[in-house]
Amino acid sequence: MGALELLFSASLWAAAIRIASPLIFATLGELISERAGVLNLGIEGIMTVGAFAGWFTVYQGGDLWLGVLVAALAGSAFGLLHAILVVPLGLSQHVTGIGITLFAASLTYYTYRLAFPEVTSPPKIEPFQPWAVPILSDIPFFGEALFRQTPLTYLAFIAAGLVGWFLYRTPAGLAVRTAGENPAAVEAQGIDVTKVRILAVVAGSALMGIGGAFLTLSAFNSFYFEMVNGRGWIAIALVVFGSWRPGKALLGALLFAAFDAYQLRLQQLAGAFVPYQIFLMLPYALSILALIIMSRRASYPRALMIPYRKGER
Amino acid sequence: MTDTVLSLDRISKRFGALLANDAISFDLKQGEIVALLGENGAGKTTLMNILFGHYVADDGSISVFGESLPPGQPRAAIQAGIGMVHQHFTLADNLTVLDNIMLGTEKPWRLSSRKSEARQRLTKLAQDFGLAIEPDKTVADLSVGERQRVEILKVLYREARILILDEPTAVLTPQESQSLFATLKKLTAQGLSIIFISHKLNEVLNVSERIFVLRAGKLVAERPTKGTTRKELAELMVGRPIAEPKIEPQPKGDVHVAIRAVTTADGLDHADLVLHGGEILGLAGVSGNGQTALANLLSGLSHPKSGSLHIFGEDAARWTPDLVTRKRIARIPEDRHAEGLVADMSVTENVIAEIYREPRFNKRGFLDWRAAEGFAEEIIKGFDVKCPSPATRVRLLSGGNMQKLILGRTLSLAPHFILACQPARGLDIGAVSYVHERLIQARKSGASVLLISDDLDEILALADRVAVIYRGRISEPLPSQQVTIQELGLMMAGHGFSEGDAHAA
Repeated sequence: MGALELLFSASLWAAAIRIASPLIFATLGELISERAGVLNLGIEGIMTVGAFAGWFTVYQGGDLWLGVLVAALAGSAFGLLHAILVVPLGLSQHVTGIGITLFAASLTYYTYRLAFPEVTSPPKIEPFQPWAVPILSDIPFFGEALFRQTPLTYLAFIAAGLVGWFLYRTPAGLAVRTAGENPAAVEAQGIDVTKVRILAVVAGSALMGIGGAFLTLSAFNSFYFEMVNGRGWIAIALVVFGSWRPGKALLGALLFAAFDAYQLRLQQLAGAFVPYQIFLMLPYALSILALIIMSRRASYPRALMIPYRKGER
Repeated sequence: MTDTVLSLDRISKRFGALLANDAISFDLKQGEIVALLGENGAGKTTLMNILFGHYVADDGSISVFGESLPPGQPRAAIQAGIGMVHQHFTLADNLTVLDNIMLGTEKPWRLSSRKSEARQRLTKLAQDFGLAIEPDKTVADLSVGERQRVEILKVLYREARILILDEPTAVLTPQESQSLFATLKKLTAQGLSIIFISHKLNEVLNVSERIFVLRAGKLVAERPTKGTTRKELAELMVGRPIAEPKIEPQPKGDVHVAIRAVTTADGLDHADLVLHGGEILGLAGVSGNGQTALANLLSGLSHPKSGSLHIFGEDAARWTPDLVTRKRIARIPEDRHAEGLVADMSVTENVIAEIYREPRFNKRGFLDWRAAEGFAEEIIKGFDVKCPSPATRVRLLSGGNMQKLILGRTLSLAPHFILACQPARGLDIGAVSYVHERLIQARKSGASVLLISDDLDEILALADRVAVIYRGRISEPLPSQQVTIQELGLMMAGHGFSEGDAHAA
C-alpha cells in the first residue's frame, strides 16, 4: 500500500478516532476551565491520576464504568486542589498548574509502586471492547471507521455536544463564559465568581480524568509509567487551535489524531529508509504549523489567567 | 408625600490605617435624585460597594424599603431592588447585549435559556425608557454611550427601584451626558430613585435635588441643590477656599511644534497642528480618537508614515524617545502608573529614569547616587511632593503626589515644550489646581504646552486655543473665548470634519 492509498483505508480513520478520544476528553476539560478564566496546566498530571485510578478500580474487581467514575472523581479532586490555590488564593496559574502536574504524576507512580512493589510486567485488566452500532456499523467505510469503537469513544463525542450545549445554551454556561471574559460582570449580577470558576475547573478536571482513564480502560489494558506522554500538553494547544470552541476543538483533536495514525503507518511503510523519529515528530510539527495559522485570529477569553479579587478594580 | 426607600445608618469601613467611611448616614426618597459628591478617595465608591454588597461594613446598617439588607451579598442587594451602574462597565465584550443582560437572571441549572422571551422583554423595556439598543450586537461593537445604556438596561431588567450611578459621565461626550440626564429624569418620573456619584460640580448641580458631600470618609454636608453654589460645593469638597486659575494674555512666541498632514500607523490621519511658544493649546476629544497616537508621535515612540513633523525648527520625524528627552521636551504621560513611573522603585530612581546618563549623575561610569538623591530632594521640596524620603517606593505615594513627582522631574529641566496628557485625571481639586498653576507658570516663561484632556472645563479654563481631535484628524484651533462646550461637544462627535479627504491618501 502506498502513502496515498493509506489515506483511504477505513482502518486508518478508525485508528484516528481511537487516538482522538482521550484528547477530546482532555481538550473539553481544559476548554471549560479556560472559558471560566482558569488555565489548568495540571492536566498532564490529572490525566495520569485518571489513568491509574480507573485502571486500579477495575483491577480491584470494579466494573469498567465504575472505573470511569472513579477516574473522574480522582481527576476532579486534583482539579479542586488547583482551583483552591488559583481562584480564592489567586496564585500564579502557570506555576500552580505545573506543580499539580508534577505532584499528581509523582503521587500516582508512588501509589502504583506501593500497590505493586514486586511486579516487573504491568498487570492486565479486561478493557472496554468495541461495540458495533447496529445498522450504522454496516455502512461501508464509515461503518468501520466510525461505528465499531469502544463505548468511551462514543462518550467522547457525546461529551463534545453536551459541553457545547452547556456553554452556549444554559444560564450556567453563560456564567462560565462571562467569568472568563469579565468576572466583574458576573459579580455585578449577583453571582459568586469564585464558585463559578472552582466548579468549572473541577468539572473540567473530571473530563481530564476520564481522558486519562481512556488510555488504561479502552486503548490499552494496563497502566505504564509515562503513558499519558504529553497528551495533556497537546490538549492545551488544541484548545487554542479550537479558538476555545468545543466543535472546533473536536475537529482539532481529530486532525491531530489523524496525523498521528498516519505517521504510525508511514513508519511501517518507509521505516527502512528514514529514521522512525522523523515520523514520530510529524504530528507535533504539523500541529505547531496549524496552531500558527489558526490562533492568529483566535480571540481568547479576556480574563484568562487573571485572578479575580472582590471589589478590586 | 414622599417615602424613604433607602437609609444608611452610621456606616463605617476601615482599610488598615485608613478610615474610608466614618459613620456615614443618609437617606433616599422615592423619585428623587441625590448626588454623592466628593474627591477621589473621599469614600464614595467604598460606600456604594458596601451598599451593593461588594464589601462588608465594619459597623452600621442599611435598610431598603424598610427592611434591613444582609451585608456582603450582591445578590441580596439586587433582590432588594438596588441596581448599580459601575464606573468601569461590568460588561463582557465578546458576548452579546442579550447575554450580558440575561446573565444571572435565570436559575443556573436550567437546561436551556429562554432567550426569545428575554429578547422580547428587553425590547419592550428599551422602548419604554427610550434606550434604543440592538440585543444581538456584541458589546465590543458598541460605542461607550451605548454600553452605558446596556448597563442601565441590565439594572432595569432586574427590576431595580434604586439606581446607583458611579461617575457615569466620566467616559461620555457632553451630548451623551445630556441624554443620560434626560434618561435619569424619565426614570425618576416612573418612581425610581437615583444616587448619582460624581466629582463634577456642574453635573451634580444640573441633575440632582439634594447633594451630600463626602470628604476624607466623612459626610461633611447636606445641601438642597437649589440653595447651593458651585463655589460652596467646591470648598466643602476640599475643605478650604480655592483660587481659580488666572491666565493673563501674552503674545505668541515662535513656532515650537509644526505637524503637517501626518499619518501614523497607530491612528493619526493627515493631522495638522501648529503650536507656539507661550501658549497653551487644548486638545479636546472623546478618548480613543488618536490622542495616544499624537502623544506617541511627539514622544518619539512612533514616526510619521507620511507628512512632516518639526520641533523647534528641526526635522523631528525620526526622533527617538531618548532624543526627545535630551531636547528638553517635557512629557506628562496619560497613565502615570503604566508609563510615568515605576511603582516599585524609589523616588530617586524614578526621577533620574530619563536622564541618568547625564554627566551630573555619573562618576567614572558609575551612577552617582548622592547627586541623584540631591536631585530628588530638590524636586520633593520644589514641587511639594509629600513623601518620607527619596528612598520611598513610589507605590506608596498618593496619585496627586505621583503627578507632582512627574511634574517636578520634567519641569525642573526648564523645558521649552510640554506635552501634558490628561495631567489632572484622577487628582483631587487641590492637586489639580497645583498642576494647573505649574502649567500656567511654564507658559509665562515662554514654553509651549499641548494640553490633551477629556475634561472640557479644564481645557476651557487653561487653553489659549482649542482644537478637537476626531478619528485621527485635528480641527483648526479656535481661540478658547470664542467656543462653547456645546460647540466642542458637536465637534467631538465629528461635526465639521469632512469625510471626503479623510481617506484621500
